[in-house]
Amino acid sequence: MPIQYYIYLSLALFSIGIIGVLTRRNAIIVFMCIELMLNAVNLLLVAFSKMHHGIALATDPATTAGIDGQLFVFFIMVVAAAEVSVGLAIIVMMYRNVHSVDINFLNRLKN
Amino acid sequence: MSITEILFFFLSALAIFSAIMVLVSRNPVHSVLWLIAVFFAISGHYILLNAQFLAIVNLIVYAGAIMVLFLFVIMLMNLNKESERNKHVWMKLAGAVSGGCFLMVLVSLVRQAKDFQEKTALMGTGDIGLIKNLGKALFSDFVVPFEISSVLFLSAMVGAVVIGKKE
Repeated sequence: MPIQYYIYLSLALFSIGIIGVLTRRNAIIVFMCIELMLNAVNLLLVAFSKMHHGIALATDPATTAGIDGQLFVFFIMVVAAAEVSVGLAIIVMMYRNVHSVDINFLNRLKN
Repeated sequence: MSITEILFFFLSALAIFSAIMVLVSRNPVHSVLWLIAVFFAISGHYILLNAQFLAIVNLIVYAGAIMVLFLFVIMLMNLNKESERNKHVWMKLAGAVSGGCFLMVLVSLVRQAKDFQEKTALMGTGDIGLIKNLGKALFSDFVVPFEISSVLFLSAMVGAVVIGKKE
């Protein structure tokens, strides 16, 4: 499959995530859109790793080139899991204090 | 059109449709369920690319653990109803336009880039996505980041407990 198709798909998912972050006001949905953007990047990393592996396979049949891309995806998942646990704790604390998850309530620092 | 291409386009359409439904559904619980559909589609893409370990980990970690955490928080805070006020039409329009401009700029960039011409991603073959090879690389070349990530998990756990605790 041409690599451009994967790039277009990842770009579409990433842009949908950006639009969600910019338009929705619910903090949990904003957080879910960030997860969507992380997954678009993961998909692109895996596609690039397979592209790199295919190029290297033509010269050396026993190569493991491109395996670092998939390991980066693994580490991105690790960091995303840690981020979600802390972020949801912050959202729960915010709901406990202001009884809403609307991010428009969080602009009090402005005044 | 081969079966791989049909599966690719089907999974892509499913991913994009579900991602749009995450945005437009008013109920947060529906958004979570559509996001799980996106993760299943992306796992299907991983299987097409023969990255089996990442496909399974994506399902277990994202669709299994993280989304259940989201659902728990939504249910605990009793948010499963439309609560969003609908008065920022201009803000929504501006967000959609700027996101669309971002997409258009990057797509035109990729169309012109010489680096991506006639490159293909290997489908269905290649064994770098198997658990054996990934494990060998993870515990030899990447063992220091692996251990550091355990410290990251510990700090995230402590941080979540400290933040979420009632004072």
